[in-house]
Amino acid sequence: MNVGLFIPCYIDQFYPEVGLATVDLLERYGATVEFPEAQTCCGQPMANTGCLDDARPLARKFLDIFSEYEYVVAPSGSCVAMVRKHFHDLVGDDPRLEGVAAKTFELCEFLTDVVGVEQVEGDFPYRVGLHQACHGLRELRLGQPSEIVGEPFNKVSQLLAGMRGIDFVELERTDDCCGFGGTFAVAEEAVSCRMGLDRLADHKQAGAQVIASADMSCLMHLGGLARRQKMPVAIMHVAEILAGRSPEEPVSGKPRSGKCRSDEA
Amino acid sequence: MSHAAAAAEFIADEERTRWHDQAVWYVRQKRDRAAKSLPEWETLRETASQIKQHTLSKLDEYLEEFERNATRQGAEVHWARDADEHNAIVLKLLEQKGTKRVVKSKSMLTEECGLNPFLEKAGIEVIDTDLGERIVQLRNEHPSHIVLPAIHVKKQEVGELFHEKLGTKRGATEADYLTEAARHHLREKLLAAGAGLTGVNFAIAETGGIVVCTNEGNADLGTALPPVHIASMGIEKVIPRLEHLGVFLRLLARSATGQPITSYSSHFHGPREGQEMHVILVDNGRSQQMTEDDLRQSLNCIRCGACLNTCPVYRRSGGHSYHATVPGPIGSVINPARDPARHKSLPFACSLCGSCSDVCPVKIPLHHQLLSLRGKIVDRKLLPASKRWSMKLAAMVLKRSWLYRILGFGARCSLRWLPRFLLYNPLNGWGRQRDLPEPATKSFRQAFRDRNRKPGDK
Repeated sequence: MNVGLFIPCYIDQFYPEVGLATVDLLERYGATVEFPEAQTCCGQPMANTGCLDDARPLARKFLDIFSEYEYVVAPSGSCVAMVRKHFHDLVGDDPRLEGVAAKTFELCEFLTDVVGVEQVEGDFPYRVGLHQACHGLRELRLGQPSEIVGEPFNKVSQLLAGMRGIDFVELERTDDCCGFGGTFAVAEEAVSCRMGLDRLADHKQAGAQVIASADMSCLMHLGGLARRQKMPVAIMHVAEILAGRSPEEPVSGKPRSGKCRSDEA
Repeated sequence: MSHAAAAAEFIADEERTRWHDQAVWYVRQKRDRAAKSLPEWETLRETASQIKQHTLSKLDEYLEEFERNATRQGAEVHWARDADEHNAIVLKLLEQKGTKRVVKSKSMLTEECGLNPFLEKAGIEVIDTDLGERIVQLRNEHPSHIVLPAIHVKKQEVGELFHEKLGTKRGATEADYLTEAARHHLREKLLAAGAGLTGVNFAIAETGGIVVCTNEGNADLGTALPPVHIASMGIEKVIPRLEHLGVFLRLLARSATGQPITSYSSHFHGPREGQEMHVILVDNGRSQQMTEDDLRQSLNCIRCGACLNTCPVYRRSGGHSYHATVPGPIGSVINPARDPARHKSLPFACSLCGSCSDVCPVKIPLHHQLLSLRGKIVDRKLLPASKRWSMKLAAMVLKRSWLYRILGFGARCSLRWLPRFLLYNPLNGWGRQRDLPEPATKSFRQAFRDRNRKPGDK
């Protein structure tokens, strides 16, 4: 399996450890991972602001870079949803789009649907609050949203459930939005932060030691709020947990925000 | 005032915001339980959506069929191009009868048309008979929700209001007592009214009948006593056949409040003996909305309010922060679709979480419509210049990998070396309540290169 790794711009700049965990995980399942260096951003911030003309060249550039790969995988439901669900508004006329959209996957769904992984094995003896990132949930259907009537399923928690010792805490609101929302986080700062603080309070009442999500952008927002509140909770991308990282490891030379200890330690 | 500014004002009262969020979320939970009691829920949603799409594709035919059959039943049908025409028709009908007092059951359309202040100016007393609407009317406010007009008002505040306006005991907060007081007050008004105004939930082309759903029976009472019944409806309210009604009635109350059905589903097929019945079909921007492919489906809306209840932004900013008759996700679509300059901030009052689209009983792709409206706001040059230029600048950088790499490096260094007071300056909207990410020493691309460098490589 030849995978073109699509690393969202903010992960490239601020969360290299999430990218590295993604590579480790993909290689563990036999993928050959290449990172095309010309990539920057899929254009989502511009497209979500309505500036389609500004986003268009970035979508085109994405197709230039990734159409050659067998698969394109990213550790972000939001950026993958941009490619699969919204590129047609930008580059719908490009004959390469259909092919690229069909082979672009979010990391967890790539593991469950393409590689055929049932569960990932490893140790993670912590109480985990799983934050359902909206675009993964409702655009890509990585799980069954709470609004929909039907058999429950969740590709993210399914993979995590194989980790020995993991204990999912019960949230009062299983998939309420955290309020990041891209430029919404700044344009509607008051609402955005209120939403995020409410999510944090839910994870706190549930007793989460680690808040995990398959989208780092939600975690950047929740983590920023948690650090300001000095809330003792670790923030981890699902890829890091699956790749065997520990919340006690420092990140980028500094302690992980709100460092926590396992019950056994 | 932009939605963001109004929302910030609402949120400044933290306790009230929490109360509002929880009150509205409670209704969403009731909806979840009701929806999950029907295994065929998703089939119902799909069916309803298709019936609406079909109806919209032949709206002219179905409206004319409705007009023929309603006329045959003895009702008089009127057509209004906009709010002004609608209001003028109502006033003319009332003046012909010399009516000075009217009662009105819940109708978001008459709110949309501004009927109350229009009639009051003409010297006609209008009494809203829905309890929630009466509360906001006594408070001199607009509804903050399309199904629960007074959801923003606390019990204590209703007690104070009724003490002042209806003479109830000071400090009373018991719901039963206050409701009983309102019942007596409204009963007097109902008995004295010269005309009853209602909205319309569904108009059936096949039969020419209309259906009004209420929980208080006020539409029945308001039309059973006075000699004139005037029903106002948006042209999108028509459905083809009587057999389609069941699909919508099963969805409407479950989506709205979690009830299996509203307490009253009142059917009107022409006037009762000695009464006049008028139905006003109102366009007011709807046919314009139909011409836009990406927005047409918003005319599926049956005004259940489920998208408001699920919306994390609505719950935390209150209905009045939208400055529009219909707030929440559906309001953020239909208001800017009709008047983009006035409602330009509404498509951005949304984190694009998509919960509204999944909760909608008629499957309106609300969050995708909000996204597409953002493009229209930009096309009309209504986006604030600061946003416009920051996006242009970002795109300029992101098109050039080398520039992106240099600036990314710069950003990481600044995060590491700049003192806190410089980083968290008043211009940093992110940093008012949130810390910035911990700066990584290397970007991912650098770390990946280092990782794959074999020993001995330079």
